[in-house]
Formats: sequence, C-alpha cells, structure tokens
Amino acid sequence: MTEEKTHHPEPSYLVNTGKYKGLMSWLTSTDHKRIGLMYMYAMMVFFIVGVLLGEIMRLELFRPGQQFYGPQMYNGLFTLHGIIMIFTVVIPGLAAVFGNFSMPIMIGAKDVAFPRLNLFSFYLYIIGAGIALTSQFMGNGPPDTGWTFYAPYSIQTHTNVVAAVFGAFVLGFSSILTGLNFIVTMHRMRAPGMTFFKMPLFPWSLYATAWIQVLATPIVGITLLMVIAERWLRIGFFDPSLGGDPVLYQHLFWIYSHPAVYIMILPAMGVITEIIPTFAQRKVFGYRAIAVSSLAIALVGYFVWAHHMYTSGMSPTARWIFSLLTFLVAVPSAIKVFNWVTTMYRGSIDMKPPFLFALGFIFLFMIGGMTGLTLGALATNIHVHDTAYVVAHFHYIVFGGVGFAFFAAIHYWYPKMYGRMYNFKRANWAFGFLFIGFNLLYFPQFIIGIMGMPRRYFDYLPQFTLGMQLSFFGGILLLIGIILMITNLFSKKGAIAPANPWGGRTYEWTVPSPPPVENFEVMPVMGEDEEPYDYK
Amino acid sequence: MEHRDDIGAKLGMWVFIFTEILLFGGLFLVYTVMRGRYAADFHSAAHHLNAFIGTINTLVLLISSATVAMSITAVQKGHNKFAVLLLFITLVCAAIFMVNKYFEWGHKFQIGLYPGSDLMLTMNHGQVMFFSLYFFMTGLHMFHLVVGGIILTIVMVKVNSGAINSTRYVLLENGGLYWHLVDLIWIFLFPLLYLIT
Amino acid sequence: MEAETVHITPYRTYAWVLITLLAFTFLTITVTWINLSALTVLVALAIATIKAGIVLTYFMHLKFESSLFRIFVVGVLAIYVLVIIFTMSDYLFR
Ligand code: HEM
Ligand SMILES: [Cu+2]
Repeated sequence: MTEEKTHHPEPSYLVNTGKYKGLMSWLTSTDHKRIGLMYMYAMMVFFIVGVLLGEIMRLELFRPGQQFYGPQMYNGLFTLHGIIMIFTVVIPGLAAVFGNFSMPIMIGAKDVAFPRLNLFSFYLYIIGAGIALTSQFMGNGPPDTGWTFYAPYSIQTHTNVVAAVFGAFVLGFSSILTGLNFIVTMHRMRAPGMTFFKMPLFPWSLYATAWIQVLATPIVGITLLMVIAERWLRIGFFDPSLGGDPVLYQHLFWIYSHPAVYIMILPAMGVITEIIPTFAQRKVFGYRAIAVSSLAIALVGYFVWAHHMYTSGMSPTARWIFSLLTFLVAVPSAIKVFNWVTTMYRGSIDMKPPFLFALGFIFLFMIGGMTGLTLGALATNIHVHDTAYVVAHFHYIVFGGVGFAFFAAIHYWYPKMYGRMYNFKRANWAFGFLFIGFNLLYFPQFIIGIMGMPRRYFDYLPQFTLGMQLSFFGGILLLIGIILMITNLFSKKGAIAPANPWGGRTYEWTVPSPPPVENFEVMPVMGEDEEPYDYK
Repeated sequence: MEHRDDIGAKLGMWVFIFTEILLFGGLFLVYTVMRGRYAADFHSAAHHLNAFIGTINTLVLLISSATVAMSITAVQKGHNKFAVLLLFITLVCAAIFMVNKYFEWGHKFQIGLYPGSDLMLTMNHGQVMFFSLYFFMTGLHMFHLVVGGIILTIVMVKVNSGAINSTRYVLLENGGLYWHLVDLIWIFLFPLLYLIT
Repeated sequence: MEAETVHITPYRTYAWVLITLLAFTFLTITVTWINLSALTVLVALAIATIKAGIVLTYFMHLKFESSLFRIFVVGVLAIYVLVIIFTMSDYLFR
C-alpha cells in the first residue's frame, strides 16, 4: 500500500474487507467506527424496550385505582425500566456511540489506543445487559427494588436481585474499560501539533467523562458485590440487625451514581458544543472556559453525592456541606449554557435538524438544571423528595438532556456514518412531536409532585388525575415522534452525502463520508496558527 | 508496520490500577466507618487474627515485589535467564502466601468462624463487622493475587521464549505494576486488620 | 514516538529498598507492642503510607516516569481522601 492509494480511494469502513462477511465481519471488527455503530444499534433496541415499559406504566396510571395490573408488577416495571434506561442506555450513551465513532477522527487518530480492548468492552456491555435482563425470567420473579437497589430492602426481598446487580456490575466494567481506552487515546494519539487546548470540545468532554468512569465506577462495583455477599453470606455491612448501616449503602451507591449523571450529561454537553458553532458558523465563545468547566464539573461533581440523602438520617453537618457543594457544581454548568448562547449571538444561524435538537436540549436541560437546584437546596428538598417532582426533574435531565443530545448527535453525524442524508422535513416533524410530547409528558409531573404525588406509586388520589392523563397523552405524542424519527433515519436511503454537509471545521469533516477504514489517507497535522473552530 | 506505544500501554495500566485502588477504596471506606463505630470491638476481634502468619505474608509479599522489580532490570540488561529465575521466586512467594492463607482461613472455618456462621451471629455487632471485613478484604485481595500470579506466569513464559526481551518488555513492566498493586493493598490491610490490637 | 531514555535501576537499589521496607515492617510491629492507645491506628497508617510511598516511587518506577504519572497518582489519592473526609462529615457529626 504505497503510491497507488491516492488514485484508488480506500474502501469505506462499511465495506467488508476482512475474512468474514456479513454479521460476523461486524462482530469481530475492532474498527472504532463499527464498534460505535454496534453500540448504537444495541442501545436503540434497549431504548425502545425501555420506552415501551414507560408507556405501560403510564397506561396503568391513566386512572386512579387498579386498571390492568397490580402494584407488584408496577414495582417490577419501574425497576426494569430504570435499569435498562440508566445502565444500558444513558450511561454508555453518547460516549460509547459517538465517542467511539467520532472522537478518534476528531483528534486525528486512526483508531483508539486499544482497539481489541474496545471490542471487549462492547461484549461486556452485551453480556452485562443480557445478565440484567435474565433477572426478569429466572429466580423468584423480577426485581422490585428500583434501579437504586437500596438496602436493606434489596437484601431482604425474595425477588431476583442478584442477577440484576451482577449485570450492573458487568456493565460497569465495560464502562471502565471504555474510559480507560479514551484517556490513553487522548493522551497519546492526538495529531501532531494538536495540544490539549487545541483539541475539539467533544473530545474534551469525553476526557472528563472518562476520568469519572474510571474513578467512580469501581465504587459502585464493589458496592454491588457487597450486596451480593450480603444476600449470600450475610456479611451484614448494610444490615442493621447485624450492626450494619443502610445509610452507608446509600453513600456508596451515590458516590458512584451522582458522578454517573455527569458520565451521561458531559458528552451530551460536548456534542452540543460541536453543533452550535457549526450551525452558527461562528467560533465557539470561550473555548477554554468550556474545556476547563468540563473538568471542573467532573471534579466537583464527585463530591455532591449526598444531596440524594437529605432525608435519610444523615448528620446536619453533612447536609449543609453537600447542599453547598451542589450549588457550586451548578456554576460550571451555567458557564456552558452561557457560552452556547453567546456563540449563537450574531451568528448566521442555519436551522437544520441537528441544530433544532441542540436548541431543544438547551431548553430542556435548563429546566432540568433549575429544578435540580430546588432539589439540591436542603429546605425545599425535604418537601419534594421522592415525589413526582423528582421524576420530572430527572427525566428532564436524562431524557430532555441526554436523550435530545443523542438525537442531535445522530442527526449531526448521520451523513458521516452512512454517507447518506436524511429527509430534513420529516426530521423537523419528528422533533416537533418529541419536543411537545416530552413537555406534555413531564411538565405536569412537576405540578402534581409539588401537590404531593409520591414517586414509585402505582395508584394515586383523584386530584392528580388530570396531570396523569396529560402525561399519558404526552407519552403518546412522544412515541409517535420516536417512531417518526427512527423510520426517517433508517427506513430508506437518502441522497449521497458530501464529505462536509454542514460546513464543520473539525477533522471528521475533512475525510470522506463514510470514512475509510483507517480514517485518514494522509495523517493530519495541526499548524501553529490553526485552531479547532476557526470560522470567523 | 504495527503501531507500538509503550508509554501508552503503561498509562493504560496505571489507569487500570487507579480503578483497582478505588475498588478496594470502597471497602476501606466501609472499614473506616465501621471502625469509627465499633473501635473497641475491632481491637478485641483483631486479637483473634494470627499476627504471626500475617507478618510472614507481609515479608513474603515484599520480597516478591522486589524480585519482580529486579527482573525488569535483568531483562533490560539482557539477562533473560536471571529474569526468569527472579520471576520464579516471585511465584514461589505467591504460593507461600496462598498456603499460609489456606491454613489461616482453614483454621477459622474449623472453629466455625465464617460469614453467616452460627458462631458469627452470636458475636456482638462490632466483631461481626470486623470479621466480615476481614474475610471480604483478604478474600478480594487473594483473588487479585491469583490473577497477578497468572499474569506473571504468562510473562515468565514469554521472557523465557524471548518474546519479552531487552528491546520490548512493556508487558513485563505492566505485569510488575499489577503485582506491586497487590503488595500495596496488603501494606494497608496488614496493619489495619492484624496490628490494631 | 519520542525517543525515551531508558532508565535502568541497579539491583542494588532494589535491595536497599527491600531492606528499608522490611525495617518499616519491623517498626510497625514493634510499635503495636507499646500501647499508644488512640495513636496506634494513626502510627500504623503513617508507617503504611510511607511504605506505600516507597513502593510507588521505586518499585513502580514513578520516580523515573514522566511527571504526568505522578500528577495522576497524587490526584487520584487526593480524590479518594476527600471522599473519606466528606463521608465522615456524616458519621462524625451524627
Ligand atoms: C417515553 C419515555 C418514558 C416514559 C413514558 C417514562 C415513564 C416513567 C415512569 C412512569 C416512571 C415511574 C415513575 C414512578 O412511578 O416513580 C419512570 C421512572 C424512571 N425513568 Fe422513565 N420514562 C421514559 C423515558 C425514560 C428515559 C429516556 C430514561 C433515562 C434515560 C428514564 C429513566 C427513568 C428512571 C431512572 C426512572 C426511575 C426508576 C425508579 O424509580 O427506580 N425514563 N419513567
Ligand atoms: Cu445527584
């Protein structure tokens, strides 16, 4: 492979060149782009299952009293819904899909640092998800603890908690290895001349994320092992009857699970930071502030976990400390929002679907973030803790934030992934349904939450009926939006996409769509005076 | 041409070690909390551990760490034979450690002291916590020791065949790093479990 | 990549490190024979930390790696210590 290359372009990564054909050639591929796509397909399947479970819950909640099934099934449903959505969809989320697909190209690398380890992470992901799902069909019935597996209930219930917990453990391992891979990739494989402060901001957000994956996930890993040991061996760490402390479980669980929300949201913020400058054709405002705020969020976000535990009997000292820290972590997040808005200011804005989704993200994320502050404030938290208000808040973050950013990212990089365009008009319609449906589904939950509707209840008092029914219809609109979006993207082939359909300035837009196996024919070098977002 | 980046490989290993440190970190956190609660019980329970075996194991692990470190020097100098010998000594140390543990745990099981046993359920809360932590922490440590032993066996075979040599030995370095991690954790486990009487 | 200068640690250094570590082990055991009551744990932890530092610096070659590795190690340990401190802000003030 020498001179000829310039005349015959390398085959794209979608063409099978190895010794296997068809499915096997994907399952054995260590190409970061293929692994990214495989994550995406798997995640879409899980997402749809999760959405359907959500709708089934909404159906039961359509009227007060029992409609279709009883409380135990409801408990099983929200547990499974939570496990699927959190551990198999949003935690691997954008990092596994778009981090794998785009990040190596964006930093000018041929692949990640450890391609085989990358494929191994993918298999761990599938295995972990598989184990978590078998919990539904084996043992004494589906787990009913909620995705948080709170002790002491999780060590007492007779349902099949161990399988779910072990599945989550394996999924955590997959996440750790992805983080490890990304850290080394970004340290060792950036294009010559690309210093850390010339790296695009999506990779930056992945870098911060990767550190959380590496440093927080092991804590929940060991905690989940403790739960298993607690059930099998009665070690008693969380069992008050043996001298243990259930609140200690909550500490350990949230030491991971709060940072986990940053594992989800940081890459989402990163994607938005790519999309906004591209469609405003303006240099991103405050590059350094955005880069550093990713690290700051990761760092401070590590020390706010106990804001989930204000009502659990913690010491008053710990409560105000964690409330204070929670307010601190809002600062870097707000910096980002400020920078996005300022980047758009006086830009020549091009309202294409990716940008629309990005705007949707900013709007929904702001609502999620502000309501997060009311939850982080000690005094108000006491009133709305464990109510539908919390349900609304975290759906605004994980779905309105991470979910919409995911949709934005698909619409942004789709031409690069497949070398094809999609129908813009339909994408816009899908956005409309998603956005309206989403708000109709979750906004009422804020209100009935403040009125006192508790979370994780299958029944409710008559005064919440209107809110619940609005939510139901919102759920239907949302479902229509999801179907519209997916059929638009995956049912038929669009026009052939150019290398750079949006006028982006990062490296992935300099290579053909779809990119060749090794991404670049000539490895890029970043000049002294070049910058990642030199629009104007 | 294949891509090779030794520093990258080592960086990867270090990051992995960080995750291991935090994995044990969760347990040390439980230890801290429980010790704060039941200081007196921890002291009295620690008397039941065999500090002599603990000490022997500490020495054995330290020696094995030194031999692994030296084997890197040996490979760098091209003394592969000597490196194999050093790695072999390391593995012998690991075996001694395991045998000691076998007797230590075996004795405890014999007198009916193991998680969930009737004896343990009659003890007071602090002692239950202590012994649960003892079994969990040393058990997890042992698991890591076995994994490390397997890694070093593979490394030893490769040094012997020349696949690891003075121009490429990052695998040996990484295997060594992992082994030192096992040592590092024991350095904390030993005083916290055996010596606080 | 860059041409790294390979640092070969002499056997002698490792031998001395081992002897130092053994000496600290001996120290930590003898200290337990003296009753320092509340200080026992602190002393034991301090000695263990010194030993761990020696292992990290020499056996794990931190002394000879690029400073990046040292920064990471210190950072990770600092985060872990902070986690303990914040957790204890609950348990110590209940
Ligand atoms: C159409 C979409 C969705 C619907 C209709 C839906 C609906 C619901 C409902 C009804 C609950 C139970 C509330 C309760 O009784 O306490 C719930 C809980 C939850 N949802 Fe969703 N949801 C959707 C999407 C998502 C997404 C995208 C995520 C995350 C990415 C998510 C994460 C969660 C979590 C973590 C819980 C908490 C489970 C627990 O309490 O253990 N949901 N959802
Ligand atoms: Cu949180």
